[in-house]
Amino acid sequence: MPEKIVPEELMLEVEGIRAGYGRVEVLRGVSLSIAKGEIVALLGSNGVGKTTFISVLSGLIRPWEGAARFLGQPLRPNPAAVLSAGLVQVPEGRHIFPNLTVRDNLMLGGYRRGRNARKRNLEHVLETFPRLKERLSQRAGTMSGGEQQMLAIGRGLMAEPELLILDEPSLGLSPLLVEEMFALIKRLNGEGLTILLVEQNVHLTLDIADRGFVMENGAITLEGPAQAMLDDPELQRSYLGV
Amino acid sequence: MTKLLALLAIFAALFCAPLVIGSEFWLNTVLLALYAALLGQAWNILGGYGGQFSFGHALFFGVGAYSVAVLQVELGLSAWLGLVVGGALAAVVAVIVGFLTARYGLRGSYFALVTLAFAEVFRILSNSVSWTGAGEGILIPLDQRLAALQFPDTASAYWALWAITLACFLAVWRLERSRFGARLMAVRDNEDAAAAIGVDAMQVKLGAMALSGLFMGLAGVFYAQKFLYLDPAIAFGPEKSVEALLVPIVGGIGTLFGPLLGAFALHGVAEIARETMGDAPGLNMIVYGTILVCMVLFLPRGLAGLGKHVRRAFRA
Ligand SMILES: Nc1ncnc2c1ncn2[C@@H]1O[C@H](COP(=O)(O)OP(=O)(O)OP(=O)(O)O)[C@@H](O)[C@H]1O
Ligand SMILES: [Mg+2]
Repeated sequence: MPEKIVPEELMLEVEGIRAGYGRVEVLRGVSLSIAKGEIVALLGSNGVGKTTFISVLSGLIRPWEGAARFLGQPLRPNPAAVLSAGLVQVPEGRHIFPNLTVRDNLMLGGYRRGRNARKRNLEHVLETFPRLKERLSQRAGTMSGGEQQMLAIGRGLMAEPELLILDEPSLGLSPLLVEEMFALIKRLNGEGLTILLVEQNVHLTLDIADRGFVMENGAITLEGPAQAMLDDPELQRSYLGV
Repeated sequence: MTKLLALLAIFAALFCAPLVIGSEFWLNTVLLALYAALLGQAWNILGGYGGQFSFGHALFFGVGAYSVAVLQVELGLSAWLGLVVGGALAAVVAVIVGFLTARYGLRGSYFALVTLAFAEVFRILSNSVSWTGAGEGILIPLDQRLAALQFPDTASAYWALWAITLACFLAVWRLERSRFGARLMAVRDNEDAAAAIGVDAMQVKLGAMALSGLFMGLAGVFYAQKFLYLDPAIAFGPEKSVEALLVPIVGGIGTLFGPLLGAFALHGVAEIARETMGDAPGLNMIVYGTILVCMVLFLPRGLAGLGKHVRRAFRA
């Protein structure tokens, strides 16, 4: 596994993000960076602020302090602009549109791109997820949990991401599907996609990741090559409780 | 495409109603049903496709109706101008209500209650200021010429209503296959996920409010020009709001044909009730209430949903 401790070509650079809800501070100065082509794991127990951090990156929550640069440009707190720049998140919990067809769900993912781009992307997504192809005109809400998760990821791919952020994609999937999910993430990365993977599934995640970050109580408390994290049982016990 | 053809065929048939129906009474019944379909479809844009249940759609109806009336009676301006102003003003009021509710994150029952409250505020206001005629209401002077946008007979009123209703249904047909419509339904289905794919929920909701308010306002203009009399209860009272939401709930919310089905079913039942039980006051409301309870219990997807069931059963 290649060890990229010092990122070469930066994709995302985050500096001292503080954010919260109302007056409650959740993120207390988060800094991290992601290089092009990496899979980066963001680990941490429930409620430490991982999803909040993603919402800040996606422009859904305005940070109180700090800045982020994406592909050399400042990341504006505007969801549409972030998306157009190529930073795409697949939200946690299979957020699909249950009453719309699979096709409409996918098309919505790419609605900010041109018509031709949408067609091309749809073909690509259906190659990646052949199971969605048979269900294009099915109501998305009637699909199985696993299929809905595939759809959520497929919808994210429709937006032509440079950086794809996956928020707990293996949540609630059967062990077999979890394996399949991680293999898929690896494959997408092999096709050139940079990935930020938020997960609870520490072993599987560090297995495919290049680097890992551990978030605790709204701050990054540990970072390093994934392999080193995997090999350090003490570190796993103390930080991740596994 | 078949949907559009079906829609056009139905409206072509509806267009012929005055030519084939000899009885004034029955033509009037069809007119009232078509009018209910317009109210229902206007509500359906926001409630069915946008997932925002308004309990106060009378607000937009009343704004449209009073606009055309006040413009003529108080300012001496043309009713045609009133048509434009009434529709536009209703849309603007809808956008303002939409902005305020979205700004304060009011969804679900809160949204329903706030819209109801807005309609009540307007009812009370129109009851107290003089230029709306206050509690006595406002009377539009009779002038049955095209230039005054009045209707010499039921047939011409019917065709005017037919045109507005057709426009409304075509707008919804278009909405169903437009990108705006897809975003609207996405926000309805899952606002968080919609935000994650870059949909501006506020913008989409305001668009739906405007469209919904526009057609509700036009319905109000039609009402004023047909009956030539308005008072605060007619224009802003809860009965209008209830009719607007009952029709699509019975017919099938979030469907193109639902409001049409619901309107004709409700008026059919109301007529039968009147025939069999006489014209007792409040009977309508009892019948409507009973139907509503039954629909919610047994047919949550409305008559259109029932149709889909039947079709699927035949195919299987
Ligand atoms: N919309 C919100 N309003 C108020 N507080 C919130 C909101 N969303 C999250 N929080 C709080 O912020 C903290 C961080 O939540 P967040 O969802 O970011 O955690 P997480 O690391 O993603 O957890 P998990 O692994 O369970 O998904 C929690 O204490 C949570 O209760
Ligand atoms: Mg989370």
